[in-house]
This record gives sequence, C-alpha cells and structure tokens, in this order.
Amino acid sequence: MNRTSSSRAPWLLLSPALLLLVAFTHYPAVATLWHSVFSTARAGAASVFVGVENYQLLLDDPVFWQALRNNVWFALITVPVAIALSIAMALWVHRQVPGRALLRLAYFTPAILPMIAVANIWLFFYTPQYGLIAQISQAFGWGDHNWLGQPGTALPALMVVTIWKEAGFFMIFYLAALQQISPTLAEAAALEGASRWQFFRRVQWPLLMPTTVFVVINAVINAFRLVDHVVVMTRGGPDNATQLLLYYVYQVVFSFWDTSYAAALTVVLLTLLAIVAFVKFRLLDSRTHYQ
Amino acid sequence: MRRKILKTFAAGLATVATLGVSGLSGAAFAQQKPVELQFYYPVAIGGPVTKIINDLVADFEKDHPNIKVKPVYAGSYQDSVVKALTAAKAGTPPQLAVLAAADVFTLIDEDAVVPIDSIANTAADKQWLDGFYPALMLNSRINGHTWGVPFQRSTIVMYWNKDAFREAGLDPEHAPANWDELVSTAQKLTKRDASGNVTQWGIKVPSVGFAYWLFQAFTTPAGIELMNAAGTKTFLNAPQAVQSLQYWVDLTTKYKVMPTGSIEWGTTPKDFLEKKAAIIYTTTGNLTNIRTNATFPFGVGKMPAKVRGGSPTGGGNFYVFKKSTPEEKQAAMTFIKWATMPERAAQFGIDTGYVAVTPAAWETPAMKQYVQKVPAAAVARDQLGVSVAEFSTHDNQRVTKALNDAIQAAVTGAKSPKQALDDAQREADRILRPYAR
Repeated sequence: MNRTSSSRAPWLLLSPALLLLVAFTHYPAVATLWHSVFSTARAGAASVFVGVENYQLLLDDPVFWQALRNNVWFALITVPVAIALSIAMALWVHRQVPGRALLRLAYFTPAILPMIAVANIWLFFYTPQYGLIAQISQAFGWGDHNWLGQPGTALPALMVVTIWKEAGFFMIFYLAALQQISPTLAEAAALEGASRWQFFRRVQWPLLMPTTVFVVINAVINAFRLVDHVVVMTRGGPDNATQLLLYYVYQVVFSFWDTSYAAALTVVLLTLLAIVAFVKFRLLDSRTHYQ
Repeated sequence: MRRKILKTFAAGLATVATLGVSGLSGAAFAQQKPVELQFYYPVAIGGPVTKIINDLVADFEKDHPNIKVKPVYAGSYQDSVVKALTAAKAGTPPQLAVLAAADVFTLIDEDAVVPIDSIANTAADKQWLDGFYPALMLNSRINGHTWGVPFQRSTIVMYWNKDAFREAGLDPEHAPANWDELVSTAQKLTKRDASGNVTQWGIKVPSVGFAYWLFQAFTTPAGIELMNAAGTKTFLNAPQAVQSLQYWVDLTTKYKVMPTGSIEWGTTPKDFLEKKAAIIYTTTGNLTNIRTNATFPFGVGKMPAKVRGGSPTGGGNFYVFKKSTPEEKQAAMTFIKWATMPERAAQFGIDTGYVAVTPAAWETPAMKQYVQKVPAAAVARDQLGVSVAEFSTHDNQRVTKALNDAIQAAVTGAKSPKQALDDAQREADRILRPYAR
C-alpha cells in the first residue's frame, strides 16, 4: 500500500458515520446559528440580516429568563435526587432479596412507559379533589391542594414526575456497574471488618464513578431537553411557572412562527448543552478512575 | 341523498340555489378523472369525532364520485394549524382544512389561504355565505373578504347540576341570570366537610388551555370587546376588562366558591361529571359528551349578564389553501357547501354538540326533533344573538399568550388584575406595533 491510499482508507471507513453526523448534527447546528442573525421572513417582508438583534431581544425577554431559571432549578434538584434514589434502588435489588426480579421490573417500569402516558397518569394523580393524591390526603384529613395550578408547586410537581421516571432508568446502569465489581472486594472488606457504609463509601462509590459521570451528563441533558410533560400537564402555566427552554423554543417556532428568534433561543440551549459536555470531558473524566 | 335534495327543493329553502350549483358542477366534473383533496381537521371535544368525519367524507364521495377527499386527523387546534402551516411552508399544504376561527389573521399573514369569495363569487354563493349566523361570521369577514366558512362552531355555556341545586334548596330549573345571582347561587352550592375541606365547589371556570376565551365569557357581559375588528388593537386593560378579571378572581378569593390556582380545561367536564363542581363553564361542543356520561339531570344556560348577556363564539372554520389548482379549489368549495347544507349541519350538530351553523339547519325535521328531546341544544343557538367574535389579532398566538399569562397571574394571586392586564396590554401593543401602522 502506498502512502496516499493508507491515509484515504480511514476517511473512507469513517464516511458513512461522518455523513450522517454532518447531515443531522453539524449542519443543523451551523444553520441554526446562521438563521439566528437574520429576521424572520413574513408575508410582507423578506428575511434580512439583523446581527445580534435576536439576542438583544432575548436579554429583554422575561419569559426566556424565567424558562432558564426554571430549567436550572429543574436540573439542580432532579439530577442529584434521581441519582441518589437510583443508587439506593440498585443497591437494594443487587442483593439477594425475595422477589428480586419483580422488584427490578417494578423499578424499571417508569422508564419503559411512553412519556405522554406517564404525564397523563400523573395528571390524574395531581387532579384536585378526586385525583389519587387528593384522595389519599383527604383520607388523612390533610385537605386538598391544586398541585399543578399553583405557581409554587407546579414546577416541583413536574420534578417529581421526572425523578420518578429517571431513577428507574439510571438504576439499570448502576445495577450493571455493581455487578461488574469483583466479589473479592466485598470479601476483603468483610475480613477487614468494614461496615456496610464504609464498604459503600470506600469501595463501591469510587468504582461506580464512571457510571455516575455518564448518568450525570445524561440527566443534565435530559433536564434541558424536557418538553413532553410540560405539554401534557401544564403547557408552561400557570403564568410561565413551568416554562422550560425547549418548550419555549417550540412555542416560539410553532405558535408564533418567529423562526429566527427561536434559532437564537436554540443557540443558547445548544451552548448550555455544549458546556455540560465540555465539563464531562475536561473536568470529570480526568478525576474519574476507570477500571 | 337525492331524495333529501328533492325534499329541500320542495321546501323552497334559501339553499336551493347552492345545491343546484354543487349538483351541476358535480355533473360537469363527472367525465374527468377524480380531483383529490387533502383535508386536515382537529378534534377538540370528547366523543368519536374521527369516525363522524370519516363517515361524513364517505357520504360525500358517494354523492360526488369525481372528488376524492382524504381526511387527515391533525390533533388539537394548536397542532392542526402547526401542521397545516408547516406543510404550507414546505410547499405541500392540504387543499382544505378546518382550523380555529381565531387563527384567521395568522393564516392571512402567512399568505396560506385564499378568501372564500374569490372562489365562490356568484350571486348564489353570496346568498349561501349570508345564510350563516352573523355572529359566526365575525371571525371570518376581514378587509371586505370572507376567509373562513363556519363548520364546528361553539359558544361558551354554563352547565349546572340540577340535583345539586335541589339539595341546596335552589330552583333546579333556574340558572343564575346575572353576576350577583351567580355568586349567591355558587355560595349555596359550595359544600364543606367538618374540617373545612370543600367537597363540592360552586363553580369552576378553567384558566389553563383557553384562558383568554373564558375571560371573554366575563368581558362580553361586562360590555367590552377586547380587540378591534381589524385585529390591530387590543383593549385588555379597559376598566370593564379589569372589572371582569376582578370578578373572576373574586370568585376564588372573596366569595370562596371556586378553587384557588389555575383550573385545567381538559378536566373541567370531568369535575362536573364527578360532582366536584356544581356549575362549570365550557364549550357547547361538550354537550354530547356530558349528556352521554352524566349520572344526574343537568341544565345548560347562557352566560350570566352584567350590563348585557353574551359569550364569544369559538371553534373551527373551513379554509381553502392558496397553493391549490383551480380545479382543487372548486372541488374544495363543493365539499364545503355540501358539508354545510342544512341536513348535514344539523346532523353534525346532533352528533357532536357543536352549534349547527345556519338558521336553515335548525328548521330541518331532524333538528326540530332533537331540540324537542334535548332543549339544552338550543341554548348555544339562542346565545348566538348576543355573541361576539372570539379574541383574535395579528400575531394571534403571541398576543393570546400575553393575555393567558396575565389571567393566570391574576387567578394564582401573583399579580392584581389591574397590574396583570396593564402588563398584557403593554406586551400586546409592542407585538402589534408593526400591524397598527
């Protein structure tokens, strides 16, 4: 083989994946950036270059800021809680408990249900007066609360749904990771007289770190990509209390038909996600011990 | 079908000319290969609407073998306009669609539809278009053109539980006729248990979903219209509008006859059926659904009056899309005329609960019989006399969102009604500035 063909071969092998990647990832990203510096074409007026005008609008848009704030809170709360829960669940079903297969299935069920179905089920749970939660709380004499209808509780109510759904999914990763840990470590720890907490803290937790990194990144990205629950349960209301970035992008494009402003919003969203990915590759990876 | 047409002829109704024309154009097309039409439609109420539409289309094709109509269920009103406009932008719009009457400015501004009177422009067509209830044409007639033909149209009505009225010592046949009466009635209907928890609310008016529309159920009786006919100006913080929102909020905070927080549009009929709300405001389109599922006798009433009565109209119109061939446009008109002829409109109204769209439809034997059996069906029709246009402006969804947000801010207590509506008006002014010139 001569030199040129050997340098061409890898590119040829890469080309199918590269083509798809360019067509569905890189081109749309660049096109979005491009569109975001133009105005939206209307029946009367063609699209013109406006520079950063869309971004200036964005800075003055209270709904955007609220969506961003909501989204940050959403990620800050749902991610750690879902992870803590999923580890607890994985540790539980990792051991020899009676009905283990059934337990695992039960924990995993939320993850395999379609999002829209999940949202509809929870919509019923939250319904005041005769929803599941209302019925239980009334049985205890705690009274009734309009969970999705009050700005104070609407977003937390959505968080609960997300945690419920994500924890079961992440449990699978942790379960797989726990099963990868050699049983000799547990035996050694037992010989040393380590308590269960010490064993978890000093042995299992560090060895689970690669899984945790993977799960954190996915959970954060999911938190910024969430839209289905919002559509079914609150439509961003009441008064934008559950407005999230992706849903706002959807509204701006498909309700308002302001495509260039939506492009600017999308660029912001993309940048946020890129930062998350960067943090993973640069910071977390270097501090994570892989076996 | 033929026999029905003959009967209509004999009755000598105003639609004779229309039917003649559609019959003739049908004959003229008979030799050519069938014209194919894509027909998008939404579903916004309970019940087997998809089947009703499919049957309607199958009947039409029997009468018009030279036209093939392909009905496409496109989701909610919101989803449907998204799909239709996305298809239009991609260059493959449907030829025909039922979309929200309030989306008319958006469809015009996006240059997606043609005026109906540009296709249907004979004297007979003019007569046909004048045959609809004037209130239903308010969202259609803009800048001297008619853009939409009423099809699945509604008004807001009040449903009340007669058993609950009887229990509370109220006259079960008498609906609250004005705002003061609504409050006193609802107070008697609100039931609390020993620990003070409410087991039955006096009234529920939904504020998630179509908040702006329900708001009009208060502003119309208060004597204010929220926008001008050209869709370029709004009057969201007019004193009567503020008074209306104050009254809505007072139902919760002052009179304590409605739950706190926002109320979901979709679960409101269920709240009524579950006897958790003695009175609800919702669309007349839910009539058949509630009639089928109610386990108690119920009444249907008009909007309680303040300085006047009245409700906004709502629901969907037929639109014809611009990017269609002349043959397709003609075929679409044939379908629209056929679907709105008295017998059809009457049957569709009976099957769904929507208001039959022409006075002629109410004169058909089927409708007369139905009204005798279900007098509630006539309430929405009678209310048409005092109905106003549904809130609709240029850049409609954006302005509507500003108003919806304001209403929700007020009913959840985040802002005072005045503050909320001032904010919404400022936002609406900003959005509408390019159109107001």
